[in-house]
Amino acid sequence: MSFVSLFFGSSDASETESRPLSRWVSFGGAILFLSLVLYASFSALEYQWNWESALRYKKKFADGWIATLWISALSLFFAFLIGSLATLCSRARFLPVRYLSMIYVELTRGTPLLVQIFFFFYVVADAAGIQNRYVVGIAIMAIFSGAYISEILRAGVEGVGKSQLLSAKAIGFTEYQTFRYVIAPQALRSSLPALAGQTANLIKDSSLLSVIAISEFTLNAQEVNAITYSSFESFFPLAIGYLILTLPIMRLSRSIENRLRFET
Amino acid sequence: MKLELESVVKTYGTQRALDSLDLIIEDTMCLALIGPSGGGKSTTLRLLAGLESPTSGTIRIDGNEIAHEDWQLREYRQRVGVVFQAYNLFPHFDAITNIALPLEKVHGYSRGKSLEKAGMLLDQFQLTDHRFKKPAELSGGQNQRVAIARAIAPDPDIVFLDEPTSALDPEMTAEVLEAIETLIESKNKLVIATHQMGFAKHAADTVAIIAEGKLVEVGNSSQVIDSPRTARAQKFLKAYLKF
Repeated sequence: MSFVSLFFGSSDASETESRPLSRWVSFGGAILFLSLVLYASFSALEYQWNWESALRYKKKFADGWIATLWISALSLFFAFLIGSLATLCSRARFLPVRYLSMIYVELTRGTPLLVQIFFFFYVVADAAGIQNRYVVGIAIMAIFSGAYISEILRAGVEGVGKSQLLSAKAIGFTEYQTFRYVIAPQALRSSLPALAGQTANLIKDSSLLSVIAISEFTLNAQEVNAITYSSFESFFPLAIGYLILTLPIMRLSRSIENRLRFET
Repeated sequence: MKLELESVVKTYGTQRALDSLDLIIEDTMCLALIGPSGGGKSTTLRLLAGLESPTSGTIRIDGNEIAHEDWQLREYRQRVGVVFQAYNLFPHFDAITNIALPLEKVHGYSRGKSLEKAGMLLDQFQLTDHRFKKPAELSGGQNQRVAIARAIAPDPDIVFLDEPTSALDPEMTAEVLEAIETLIESKNKLVIATHQMGFAKHAADTVAIIAEGKLVEVGNSSQVIDSPRTARAQKFLKAYLKF
């Protein structure tokens, strides 16, 4: 194998799987290229690095990261409940319920999260007398992500073949049994990659909660920046902290996708 | 069993799948529905199996009219079995669960009894080694035999088979037809839509030819297939013999 051919793969992705050396060399090359671009940019900026002052606040970073983890986990749980409910409602026989679900999904997906955060925080939460901003934050993220999850699940449900429904009918399953044993397991399985992707989005989107002073990862990084005047030393750890959460999830999503492809 | 279809019409949108079909069969153990694709035999079978309701007309089996209401139809469907051309097994369950789950959830078997019965049926169709495999890991012929086992597991009054071998190669076709023959030997009542003329002739006692949404000819299987009386039936069967 010549040196040059190390850097070339076929259009069939699985072919490169069998050439670890090629993979590592090419991956390293890509990282090197990006590092050079980054280095060149910062050199041109003549930026004065001051890691020490930012590092003094590492506990603040850690606290924020853990807060983001908790907020995301709880939001995800409730988003899943809301999303499943909205999917069920979108199939309801009683039409007003169906439209309610449709309006919820369209409005939530069609407006910026920032607007929703302000609206819920200053209008809805205020009117409902909810004082705890963390509760409000988790509710907002759950409602926002729930709409996307509902769309993902709806696509999964609609993807279950007509022949499967016919088979369930022939067996004598009730509507509930058909949903429980035929539709739900298949829809959930085919939705898994997209759901994992949506989880990564939820984690990143939760950074916007900083605008209502929820001291999660992003707000804490902003505060470190404000105290130390070292912006990049505050925001690099921020980016890496999010990557630590999102990269494994996106890898998981990819591997589920691959496994499903082999199964069918 | 006695089957009576009186001026049955079934339309899908503007298409008339059954155009006032009249078919009366006084007594049969195994009825084969044959005819050209799109001629209405599968539609007839689905109506008989209670999977769809006719647009108009009445269908009686052993003197009882098939209901139109959904819940009554479901009760009826629980008493019959259906085998589809594309097997329609549940891909997320293994073979034994595909058979046992309906027994447990629809027919009130305990989990243990349902698995025991499913296991016996898998033995009967030489599928013992495949009991824990999912449909994607089985061949078409194996899948179709699992589907047959699923259909007969609750001891249905009638088993309906909708072109059960049309998606299979000759070898698998043979193994599935053998399985169907064992159903006939053990006195199951069958209605089968098929393109296998040889099988229809020797396994079924009655054959009905359906084409263009109407009954063309009905009678004793060897008589209809060997010496059809109507011109339409002769044309259809001649096309089979030619190639």
